Amino acid sequence: MSTATPVRTAKDGYGRPSQGVPHAPGGPAGGGLFDPGQLMKALPEALRKLDPRVMVKSPVMFVVEVGSVLTTVLAVAHPGDWFGWVIAVWLWLTVLFANLAEAVAEGRGKAQAATLRKAKTDSVARRLTAEGEEAVPGAELRVGDRVVCEAGDLVPGDGDVVEGVASVDESAITGESAPVIRESGGDRSAVTGGTKVLSDRVVIRITTKPGDTFIDRMIALVEGAARQKTPNEIALNILLASLTIVFTLAVVTLQPFAVYAGAEQSLTVLTALLVCLIPTTIGALLSAIGIAGMDRLVQRNVLATSGRAVEAAGDVSTLLLDKTGTITLGDRQAAAFVPVSGATEAALADAAQLSSLADETPEGRSVVVLAKEKYGLRERHEGELAHAEWVPFTAQTRMSGVDIEGPGGLKVRKGAAGSVCAWVKERGGLAGDEVHGLTDGISQSGGTPLLVGVEDADGARVLGVIHLKDVVKEGMSERFDELRRMGIKTVMITGDNPLTAQAIAEEAGVDDFLAEATPEDKMALIKREQAGGRLVAMTGDGTNDAPALAQADVGVAMNTGTSAAKEAGNMVDLDSDPTKLIEIVEIGKQLLITRGALTTFSIANDVAKYFAIIPAMFAVAYPGLDALNIMRLASPESAILSAVVFNALIIAALVPLALRGVRYRPLSADRMLRRNLAVYGLGGLVAPFIGIKLIDVLITLIPGVG
Amino acid sequence: MSPILADVLQLIALIGALALVHRPLGDYMAAVYSSKRHLRVEKWIYRCVGANPAAEMRWPAYLRAVLAFSAVGVLFLYAMQRLQDKLPMSLGFKPIDPDQAFNTAASFVSNTNWQSYAGESAMGHLTQMTGLAVQNFVSAAVGIAVAVALVRGFARSRTGELGNFWSDLVRGVVRILLPIAFVSAILLVAAGAVQNFAGMHEVHTLSGSAQHLPGGPVASQEAVKELGTNGGGFFNANSSHPYENPNGFSNLLEIFLILLIPFSLTRTFGKMVGSVRQGYAILAAMGAIWLAAVVVVTVSEYAHPGTAAQLAGGAMEGKEQRFGEGSSSLFAVSTTMTSTGAVNSFHDSFTAFGGGVTLLGMMLGEIAPGGVGSGLYGMLVMAVVAVFLSGLMVGRTPEYLGKKIGTRQIKFAACYILVTPALVLGGTALAMALPDGKEAMTNIGAHGFSEVLYAYTSGSNNNGSAFAGFGADTPFFNTTIGLCMLLGRFLPMVFVLALAGSLAEQTPVPATAGTLRTEKPLFTGVLVGCVLIVTGLTFFPALALGPLAEGLS
Repeated sequence: MSTATPVRTAKDGYGRPSQGVPHAPGGPAGGGLFDPGQLMKALPEALRKLDPRVMVKSPVMFVVEVGSVLTTVLAVAHPGDWFGWVIAVWLWLTVLFANLAEAVAEGRGKAQAATLRKAKTDSVARRLTAEGEEAVPGAELRVGDRVVCEAGDLVPGDGDVVEGVASVDESAITGESAPVIRESGGDRSAVTGGTKVLSDRVVIRITTKPGDTFIDRMIALVEGAARQKTPNEIALNILLASLTIVFTLAVVTLQPFAVYAGAEQSLTVLTALLVCLIPTTIGALLSAIGIAGMDRLVQRNVLATSGRAVEAAGDVSTLLLDKTGTITLGDRQAAAFVPVSGATEAALADAAQLSSLADETPEGRSVVVLAKEKYGLRERHEGELAHAEWVPFTAQTRMSGVDIEGPGGLKVRKGAAGSVCAWVKERGGLAGDEVHGLTDGISQSGGTPLLVGVEDADGARVLGVIHLKDVVKEGMSERFDELRRMGIKTVMITGDNPLTAQAIAEEAGVDDFLAEATPEDKMALIKREQAGGRLVAMTGDGTNDAPALAQADVGVAMNTGTSAAKEAGNMVDLDSDPTKLIEIVEIGKQLLITRGALTTFSIANDVAKYFAIIPAMFAVAYPGLDALNIMRLASPESAILSAVVFNALIIAALVPLALRGVRYRPLSADRMLRRNLAVYGLGGLVAPFIGIKLIDVLITLIPGVG
Repeated sequence: MSPILADVLQLIALIGALALVHRPLGDYMAAVYSSKRHLRVEKWIYRCVGANPAAEMRWPAYLRAVLAFSAVGVLFLYAMQRLQDKLPMSLGFKPIDPDQAFNTAASFVSNTNWQSYAGESAMGHLTQMTGLAVQNFVSAAVGIAVAVALVRGFARSRTGELGNFWSDLVRGVVRILLPIAFVSAILLVAAGAVQNFAGMHEVHTLSGSAQHLPGGPVASQEAVKELGTNGGGFFNANSSHPYENPNGFSNLLEIFLILLIPFSLTRTFGKMVGSVRQGYAILAAMGAIWLAAVVVVTVSEYAHPGTAAQLAGGAMEGKEQRFGEGSSSLFAVSTTMTSTGAVNSFHDSFTAFGGGVTLLGMMLGEIAPGGVGSGLYGMLVMAVVAVFLSGLMVGRTPEYLGKKIGTRQIKFAACYILVTPALVLGGTALAMALPDGKEAMTNIGAHGFSEVLYAYTSGSNNNGSAFAGFGADTPFFNTTIGLCMLLGRFLPMVFVLALAGSLAEQTPVPATAGTLRTEKPLFTGVLVGCVLIVTGLTFFPALALGPLAEGLS
């Protein structure tokens, strides 16, 4: 049963098959597959939902249920009428299919909740008091209590580490098995109840009441207990309700017309007509679509606090992305060696590599990698060079290097331009205008220059410059093109100076950037965009991001972030992957498209049903109306029955689509509309003609019918 | 020239004239409703009625003004008819019966002009001129005002203000309807329509019998009858009467007047929302439906299968010889697709399909191009629904002209769409269930049913035309159709103004590549499809038992 591994599936750190369509992180939004076995499991719940008090929340299906009761009563009153019985059964099936769709969608959430509950075992907390420690049940903790956790302890509730540092296993929530570090102060202080401390000892200040912890909220969310209808869903429900009223009117008023025409209709037939006309397809699947949309987010390890936020994600027109980690790889990397005149590139590369061997910073390592890739320079181990004295990089000297004593002695330094220049000058060398020209050029292009200086028999001099630059993640510029086609503007947020920021922005292909950004700048940018009517999405993790996260229409907090950030945002990404924002937008859009497509399909279906039912009802009174029977259905009974059966089966047939969502491709609005209209509008017009005819052919094969 | 070629040329001339005029007129109307200046005569009117034309109104205030003004109109018109014999120029006619007076008052104030009376044999000149003809102007101006208020709802942002009803009303009459009606009346007189204050002329015919020919201020009323999509004829025979509509030229002029303002208002809309292409998209949807209907009805009338009709070259029963099938069909479609209801031929006698299309034209809600004002706001409400469905399909909260179509907007649009089907189907069902319906029919079978259906469709949609055989002057029909007319006119206005208010409050959303482009042909297609499917599905069973049953038998 694939639903047994819900929360961890997208990441799938367990090597188990993913529940959803396998997707690369950053691939287009897909959805979960549909398992027929789920239908059987959901059946009891579907039957429970027949309760009219539950049904009344979906006006369309409530009308169908009332119709089912009515036809059943009529069938009981005329037990010999096989037609009445069959119609009644199929109307009940129509209601049941709708409930099944919702129950299946909810069932997946329930399975996820069950896994989460396992993490929420009742733990005993070690509360700190004035006298010392006392053991209290986790459920009795208050906000502000301080508790101690040591290796092996479960964290008893959500809180912040106020003392110490520890590695914590958060796999219960994130599905990620690698432990994470949690320490007091800074942006990595938040711990979640239910996670396990693996090493060391920390003191935690509890920040949430028991019952309202992160896990509690997650359970409520995935179970759908906290599910509220989203604005679009409400609007669509109103439209569907009004269509239902219109068709009810059309059918109720039909009887006096029929009586006048001399073709009075039985209540069973009128009910069948009504059920076929009201938009049952979308009415039946509407709530399943919403639940499945939330579920798709959960499969990607994103938790949304409300469906409203998911829907808003589809509307986002401005995306704020942090440069580091989202657009670029975390660290700058060496991209080129630029020698000064008189030095060769190879010599520069050799010196650069030598000077970086003792530099454990990512920049230093990237120099070694570049030297190896570009010049085939083998990595020399420290032991290879006798008498070498390694000078590691420190924040004070801002240089690293090596001093090799003895004959042919050599001193190499690599580091910030100012430091290396000073080092060379100290040793009587010169750092001429050429060097300044090179460093300025690299700075202006958005890169960071590192100077390489040597002192050997020829004296001290600068050999050249290493060009460090931010490396834009692969495929980002295509993603941004995609977003542009979807009408979404991307803004890069960075602490870099405007020059550097512009260079990276151009390379990555973002539309705009905010350089030297402070939290206030970010906030101002969001407010400015919102004042222009645009919806803004952003990610953040630090406490200083919290106000902006709260202000943004879609604020995705990283799970590694502070609890303040998680409180402020309306989504939490358990994988802490900022690029996921793009997928969230796609899921939001997919949700709306699925609703729109199925509504169109549902309404377009009515045309064929009219052509089946109206001639069946009135061809006796007005034989000319038989010309409308373009499907040449066998008999009035089989025509009406075929329409009712089709109406019920199409719901069952579309359940997988409702759960999976209509395939979303990043296209412009026009092309997307044309495509969806062709598939669901035209398809909705044509499909029932074929379906009803087929069912009619099958029905006439039953002996004694047709 | 063959009659068919003549009809095609006439159609081309009509479309050409409308294409030529709609731009300047549309721009002019946009300027009229955007201008800050008041004419002297307007200032004088404002002083008389005590209105402050500069005061901006939010939607409830605007609605109150519309309803109050219309209520006063109903009462005034009712009183005038009941006291007709005591007023001058009564021509000796008796007071109108209470039920008919109510029906007529409701009819003219709601821009319907359903006439259960025969004008020349019931109404005095004063009632016709200061009662009915005045309503022809002001009821039309009310329609335009409400449409303009909705357009302002789209155009304005971060305010709930929709303009000033009194200023919109007065400007509509003074600057738009009166000047055009004046010029058209002169053209009609030139074409041969009568215009005098004479009573009955007694003439002796060749066979020696006496005939009574009524005179009156016909041309002036005729002009605004068409221009304001009113439709209430001076004579019972309406525009088929030679004094109202003497020849082919006057006929074409009247069709032109019917379509003039409704089509031009799309330009006004485009101009006021700052994108004329948005106006063209609406115009294209209206034009496509109208043209398709003209073709279907004309073909259907020419191709009548009956022997007599074949000999006559088409279905000529109920049509004027001087107009023929083509001009009659063109007039019939134009009058039912707008809320005019004037007739130059009798829709009752049309072929089943031809008559069915005139019926369908009204059922669509009269939005192609629709009544003055009401056509535009009706089509815009349908556009809101079309935007909602197609907007969802492009994956965004639907927005139209930068305004989000959310819960409130859909609520108002849905209520709007519910009103007329409820009135039409409810009214018809009531009439068919009670003996009254069957008594009023002058035909049996499906055609008899079509007569009743037509009556309620016409009343609820404020059209005013009738399947002629129908005996509508009974207390039952006067009352129920009267109520249908009032509810069918003013309930939708409530929702339109509420919608306008909710739109005007919004902050506009800037368009991006992800926004549905509502000015493109694709959207026009979606809009037409939406109109046809939503209304088509609603009325299909009723149509099947009326025109379809008759036509397919």
